[in-house]
Order: sequence, then C-alpha cells, then structure tokens
Amino acid sequence: MAQITLVEAVNLALARAMADDPNVVVFGEDVGKDGGVFRATLGLLDKFGPERVLDTPLAENLLAGMAIGMAAEGLRPICEIQFSGFAYSTLDQMLNHAGRMRHRTQGRLSCPMVLRTPCGAGIHPPEHHSESPDAMFAHIPGIRVVYPSSPKRAYGLLLAAIRDPDPVVFLEPTRLYRLFKEDVIDNGEALALDACFTLREGTDITLVTWGAMVYETLQVADELGEQGIVAEVIDVATLKPIDFDTILASVAKTGRCVVVTEAPRHCSIASEIAATLAEQGLLTLLAPVQRVTAPDVVVPLARLEQHYLPGKPQITAAVRRALEFA
Amino acid sequence: MTTAATFQIDHLQFLDAHGKVVAPLPAFANDPAALIPLYQAMVLMRIYDAKAIALQRTGQIGTYASILGKEAVEAGVGAAMEKDDVLFCTYRENGVQIMRGVTMRELLLYWGGDERGSDFAGPRRDFPVCITIASQCLHAVGVAYAIKLRRQPRVAVCMCGDGATSKGDFYEGINAAGTWRLPVVFVVTNNQWAISVPRDAQTAAQTLAQKALAAGFEGVQVDGNDVVAVHHAMREALAKARSGGGPTLIEAVTYRLADHTTADDASRYRPPEEVAAAWKCEPVLRLRNYLSEALAWNKALEEELLRQCNEQVQAAAQAYLDMPPPPVEQMFSHLYATLPAAYAAQRAAILAAAAESTQ
Repeated sequence: MAQITLVEAVNLALARAMADDPNVVVFGEDVGKDGGVFRATLGLLDKFGPERVLDTPLAENLLAGMAIGMAAEGLRPICEIQFSGFAYSTLDQMLNHAGRMRHRTQGRLSCPMVLRTPCGAGIHPPEHHSESPDAMFAHIPGIRVVYPSSPKRAYGLLLAAIRDPDPVVFLEPTRLYRLFKEDVIDNGEALALDACFTLREGTDITLVTWGAMVYETLQVADELGEQGIVAEVIDVATLKPIDFDTILASVAKTGRCVVVTEAPRHCSIASEIAATLAEQGLLTLLAPVQRVTAPDVVVPLARLEQHYLPGKPQITAAVRRALEFA
Repeated sequence: MTTAATFQIDHLQFLDAHGKVVAPLPAFANDPAALIPLYQAMVLMRIYDAKAIALQRTGQIGTYASILGKEAVEAGVGAAMEKDDVLFCTYRENGVQIMRGVTMRELLLYWGGDERGSDFAGPRRDFPVCITIASQCLHAVGVAYAIKLRRQPRVAVCMCGDGATSKGDFYEGINAAGTWRLPVVFVVTNNQWAISVPRDAQTAAQTLAQKALAAGFEGVQVDGNDVVAVHHAMREALAKARSGGGPTLIEAVTYRLADHTTADDASRYRPPEEVAAAWKCEPVLRLRNYLSEALAWNKALEEELLRQCNEQVQAAAQAYLDMPPPPVEQMFSHLYATLPAAYAAQRAAILAAAAESTQ
C-alpha cells in the first residue's frame, strides 16, 4: 500500500491494465516520452514499448476515431485528450460512432474504448483548459461518463472503465490531481460503474456531487457536523448512467438535497438530478432541491476564476436554504 | 533558391471510353476472359441499383444513394480485396459491399430503415456504411494500427468521395496513416459532384491524389470508368500495404450519373449536356465493348447474365420485403452490452406504449 495522488493512481491503473491485458494500448499527444503533460502516463513507454504507448500527431478527433477502429478490432484503446477544452472536437466521433457502433451493427461490432481527459477549472491555466463538458458527453446515448474524485476511486474506476465492453469518457479532476494523497492498493480490483459512492452517511440533508467538487463538499459536511447537522454525501461518480436509486433513497431519508457541480447550470447534470428528484421523489422532499453550479458564462481566465468556481460558501448557503425551508 | 520538393501524379488508363486498349494490359488482364467476373459484378450492381431506386420510388425503402456510373470503381476495389481485409465505405459503395459478401437483402434492409441490415452475415469485421462524411478515415487508421500491431497480413480499405477530401477527418486520417506507415488503402471516388458542389469548387488542388503526397505516401490517379485501371491500382496498393510498404491513395476519376440521392434533383445544378457527355464514358458499356471485341462476350451470354442478375435481385428484394419490422425492443437491445439498470424504466415505457399502439 502506498500513499499516492490521484494522477499517480491513474498512472498505476494504466500500468496495471497494460500489464494484465496485451490488448490495452495508450495513445495521445505527448503521452510517450513526456509521460503526458500531467505525467499520467509516466513510465509506460519504458515498460510497454512504443507500439502500445504511442505519441500521436496533434489531432484530437483522430484519437477518438482511431480508438473506435482499434476497439472494433478487439484492442482496448485508451486515448488521452490533453485538456477537456480540446475534447469538443471528439464529440462527432463519440456521438456518431462510439456510442452507436454496437447498436447499429446489432452487436456485431462494439467499442470498448476509454477517452481520458483532465477536466474542470481551478488550476489557473490558459484559455480552454478549464472546461466541464460532463453534461455534453453524458447526453450521448450508448456511452458511459465516469468522473472519479479520489486516488482510490480513480484507480478502481479507471480499471472498470478499461474493462467495460462499451465506450467510456473518463473525466479526471485536474484540480485534485495532486491536491491530496490516499492509500491505494495496487491489487487490480475495479470498482463498480453505474453506482454512486456514499462517502458520508447522514440523516439531515443529502449533498450530491462529483469530480473535484467532492473535495469542498466533504469539507462543508465536516463543518456541518461540528454544528450538529449530519449530512449524507454522495459522489455520483458515474454520470451516465446515473444511479438514481441511491440518490432517491438518500433523499427519502433526509428530505433535503443540494446538488453541487462546477459546470455551468443550464442543462447540467445537476439539473437532471434535480428533475429526477422532483419527478420521483417529490413527496419525500421537505424543501426544494438546491443547485450549486457555475454561472452560465464563459469560464473566466485566471484572474476571475475564483469568483466563478462555486466553493464552500456557496455550498454552505445552499445547505442553509434547504434546511431553513419551512 | 533551391527546390525543396517536386511532385508528379500518374494517371492510369488501359481501356479508353470505347473499350480500346491504350496501354499494355497488366498481367491479370492478359486473358480477356479473366475480366468476365468483373463485368458480371458490374452488371449485377447496375441491376441492383435500378431495383433499389424502383423500391424507393414506390415507397418500399427510404432515401437511397445510387451508384450509377461508378460500377468500375466498386468492382475493381471489391475484387482485389481479401476476405480478411476490412472495408470502410460510404453510402455509395453498395457494389463493393456486395462483392465483399454483404447480401442485397441486408443492403435493402438498411435502406429500408432497419439496423439488422448492418449485421452482415458475411464480412463480420467490415464497418457499417458511414454517412458522416470522412469520419470513417479515422476508423480505418485505428483498424490498420491494430492490424500492424498484431503483424497480420490484412489491409484496411477506406473509401470516400471527392467532397470528403475537404474534411479534417480525411487529412487527420491520411496524415496518421503516413506517419505510422499503416496497412491502409484510401480510395477516393472523384465523381465530380458533392451533391451540388462541383469538384473545382471543392479544392484548388490539381488532383485529389496529390493530397497523399502531403501525408508522405504515394497517390495515384486512375480512370475510374476503366475497371482494369482501378483493379490494377488496387492490387498494387493492397500488395504494398500487405508487405509493410504502407498506405496508398487511389483517386478514381468518374462521374455521378445519377442524382446525389433519391431525395435530390441534380437538374437544378448541372447541365444536361455534361451528364450526356459523361454517359459516353460510362464503365459498363466500355468493358462490354472490350470483351465483345475480344470475342470473350456475346449477346447470348449477355442475355443469360441479365436474366440471372434480375432473378437474383428480385429474390433479394422479395426477401427484404418479406422481413417483418424489427421488434421495438431493438432500440435497447444492443445499446450497451448489458442495458444499465437506469434505463430499464425507459425501455418498459417504450415497449408498453408500442404494445398499446398496436392493439
């Protein structure tokens, strides 16, 4: 067991998957010699050689498209898009091909690929490096969208994504890449996809979140605990499909819910969760579901970033609104 | 100033528009009788094509894209491929698909609006028809990479049209194929028209074949109405790819004799004289003229072939028409390997609504 960061856990899972299955190939821009701009693929080239760890020409759409071809031929391709802002050009391939290959060939061909990309704001980068396209990918039928929030879950969920028989978009919270360490056992055990993780059990309110916002949400839950308010914290983890059973059961218990995301509000996954709670859990609710989201604006450059990202104050205020609703 | 690079693109033609031999024939064509299977395939395609249009006009299939005029490209490519090669094709390559072993019933099923049409019983690894222009170029790169990684003697064959060569996917695909010297052959059917946009409004490049040179591999232009030229170029390109020589791009110059699809009216944008002139170069008559001149073909053989092809096409059409619509369940049955629990309720609702509407 070792204390490692989230990005090291990603690296560990990639190395484990490549060692276990010769069909696993890793490719993308700068993933070879450089080990990836975040070093997620560090050391893989030396261990597995240039045929399986491949620096590609600079063309994101190519990465998604060739992954589809490789997957149909029985490889287990994992492509890295350097930043989520560069992943938009892969939407065509993911939507028109990856998500429908199994369906349109009635199971004759399939697409077991993983598209990895760092995701989210908060590291003061240049333009286009802070995007949260989770809802865009989650709108695509036939794929999965997975978004871990800790080193342990990054390791276990990435292994699950690689072994999954269908395409997975694997979003990695850039802000958490090196924020904290956790004990991770490299035992090759995958965690379940399509399932929420209940990180704190509670009775007074349910806080639903995913990705980097799990970090602040847990801090808020701790602070609430000091005030005698016991919050249940759910990490959704798989954003498509969503394990609504866990969320509905939790809200049935607590009666109050705050959904926290760093993505812009309009058509966000927070909206989907709030709508489902209204549709299927209305009579269990004691207060309107509160959404904590980024505003519907362009992600600001570094100097205004801290005013854009929702944080502890916004989550705490939303919890107050939910708790004080009579 | 020095010269950094120069280039030349060869144009290949063996049979002219009248079916006269204009260059020494390649070895496979030495015996005219060896070309008969290509001719038979082209005739079958033309009869299938006419039937598909008739089915569309009578409301029995949906929108259809005619292959009229490019039968030589289809036959020349299809006949050169090995069973284990992988085809990536557009909606205008049904002829190649027939030669690959996709049944005409399956093709009509697809055009008739049924996903089962892409569950080919024959070439199991061939990709389904690609509608989104040029996006298949990237799939071909992925498959070719897998083939190379496993050191298999197989080739990915990626077909697209002249319009597709304007797209980023095409450039990204050929660039990667050249970079990694992948076993892939790109066949660009230049039929002069991308719906209503003519070839010269598509690009300022003199040829489409030369785009391969920018990607670092050979590009060749062939007379796409001369099946000997297409087949020869294709055989060479496949042999090269199979032996580790990397990709080739073949530009097959032909003409789209039909509308873009049955939903199009080409008389809105192109002059009838141009179409009439193109008919004088069409591939089926050209080959028949050559074979007849070489005494390898005659009226009796032609009549027998037409009879057989009509019978085959008619049987396929009937088999398609006899197939009941897919179960409503099909929307969900292959969406994922296992339908996630989250979608069970949606599935149940659709099935219940469908059951109610058919009561």
